[in-house]
Amino acid sequence: FYKYKMKILVGCKRVIDYAVRIRVKPDFSGVETNNVKHSMNPFDELAVEEAVKMKESKHATEVIAVSCGSIKVQEVLRTALAMGADKAVHVDVEDEKLQPLDVAKLFKGIIEKEKPDLVILGKQAIDDDSNQTGQMLSGLMNWSQATFAYKIENIGNKKLQVKREIDGGLETVEIALPAVITTDLRLNTPRYATLPNIMKAKKKIIEKFTPADLNVTISPRLQTLKVEEPPKRQSGKKVANVDELIEKLKNEAKVI
Amino acid sequence: MILNRLMFHGGFKRLFSSMVIAEHKGDKLASSTLHAITAARQLNQPITTLVAGKNCKNVISEVSKIEGVSKVVHIDNELLDHPLAETLCPAIISVQNKFKFNYLIAAHTASSKNILPRVAALLDVAQISDVMAIKDSDTFVRSIYAGNAIATVKSLDSVKVVTIRPSSFAPSKSVTGQKVEIEEFKFDDIKCSSRWVAEEIIKSDRPELGSAEIVVSGGRGLKNQENFQLMYKLADTIGAAVGASRAAVDAGYAPNDLQVGQTGKIVAPKLYIAVGISGAIQHLAGMKDSKVIVAINKDPDAPIFQVADYGLVGDLFQAVPELIEKLGASKK
Repeated sequence: FYKYKMKILVGCKRVIDYAVRIRVKPDFSGVETNNVKHSMNPFDELAVEEAVKMKESKHATEVIAVSCGSIKVQEVLRTALAMGADKAVHVDVEDEKLQPLDVAKLFKGIIEKEKPDLVILGKQAIDDDSNQTGQMLSGLMNWSQATFAYKIENIGNKKLQVKREIDGGLETVEIALPAVITTDLRLNTPRYATLPNIMKAKKKIIEKFTPADLNVTISPRLQTLKVEEPPKRQSGKKVANVDELIEKLKNEAKVI
Repeated sequence: MILNRLMFHGGFKRLFSSMVIAEHKGDKLASSTLHAITAARQLNQPITTLVAGKNCKNVISEVSKIEGVSKVVHIDNELLDHPLAETLCPAIISVQNKFKFNYLIAAHTASSKNILPRVAALLDVAQISDVMAIKDSDTFVRSIYAGNAIATVKSLDSVKVVTIRPSSFAPSKSVTGQKVEIEEFKFDDIKCSSRWVAEEIIKSDRPELGSAEIVVSGGRGLKNQENFQLMYKLADTIGAAVGASRAAVDAGYAPNDLQVGQTGKIVAPKLYIAVGISGAIQHLAGMKDSKVIVAINKDPDAPIFQVADYGLVGDLFQAVPELIEKLGASKK
């Protein structure tokens, strides 16, 4: 039966790779990012994968990958293109200045140019851990939203049914297009880009915009005063057996 | 202090105030709201609590007894029975437009994470997520990079939308004889193209993971879903909540709402017992502020031992049944 075919926008943030042990700068101004391995935010990989799968199953017509940041974000856009996105958009901004509200406004600007039916973003970036951009964008657009998506189904008539992860279990909502969805970890397993696809991705187009092109003035609302290492835990002791463990918990730690 | 000065020296008297958005299920207040009220109390402003939903009499009465609450605004609307961001957000905005609070505060739960950023964007302000400490009227402490760095941030917005980490603030208690104003707020203007369809909530008699005093958590070392039952047995023996590592959840041993970590729940119980969990950065982000950490793992080099106060290197399939037996016997 007939199902509406969507044009999909996906967000891709370039972040320090999830496996890297991060280091706080000695002047407490932030985290060391120079000469540190970066990659696509893991939640955004899920967003790209989901969009590409929708195109493969003929629910989508076009997938556009968008990233805001310095010229280096073009690496993650190439990754998205190699995973199957059709084209990419780079919004050129200083990385340090980017906060969720401004990113949402930049995405709004791109939406006005590209007119997608669906935007899929990661639920949070693993660097600032904000978990805000998708919800903010949906609010600014006055669109439907489904955050922390676990399963997305195109049920036709410009509607999607989304299973969401909530505290205590799962929730199912029905949303009308256009909409914003944010991904949770269990949505899918992102594919690896194959070498031929990486080569093909080099020929795909990356369009470039500035905030001014999108009528957005970047205005960070949170000023970072200090970034510190978290307090270190004292390494504890090994116990020989269960009896000793119970004895310590009762008499030394007094927690049971 | 800065706020006080403004209040006295401003051209007109302006009341600074906070609104805590109550979370509730049916007729019961979520315990996370008690932690949010504590955070609000630290700002020394009058606290209004918003209770939005359908037939919330019990929640209103529960919340008006919580220490520090001076007013309860409630909205009764069928469409807010299972609130969606698209329905609750305009309700919050219209309450805010009337009362002009300086702070909108909620616990950093799945529900607030869903709704508050939408509210913040429509007020054109930033949200300060998952706050661990409040330094002063505009300065907040939060964790970044999965808890591997702690940032102190200053908000430049006039209205501050804040979600707090429940485990970083003690729960506020109920008091008797507190004078609380209760005001009904009419809000019927809901146009929403989204629809709540269903939920699957896992019922449990165990304490809530986010606020439990003891948490026992299982990882990939449990090997399968049947073995994971051991964790429930251990939990029931000592009155604990059950948690799980992402590996255990991804492998299907445990339901996803038990996940402790950067992308799951952040817990800080008195006692955290990690069983068969290696201790990946992602997991440590969710539990390293626990008071006492116990690790049971057969790999002596597992990173979990670097944060554990007491480590037992050994086979969990021997150690856990022995623990259950000996702790169970000593309880009687």
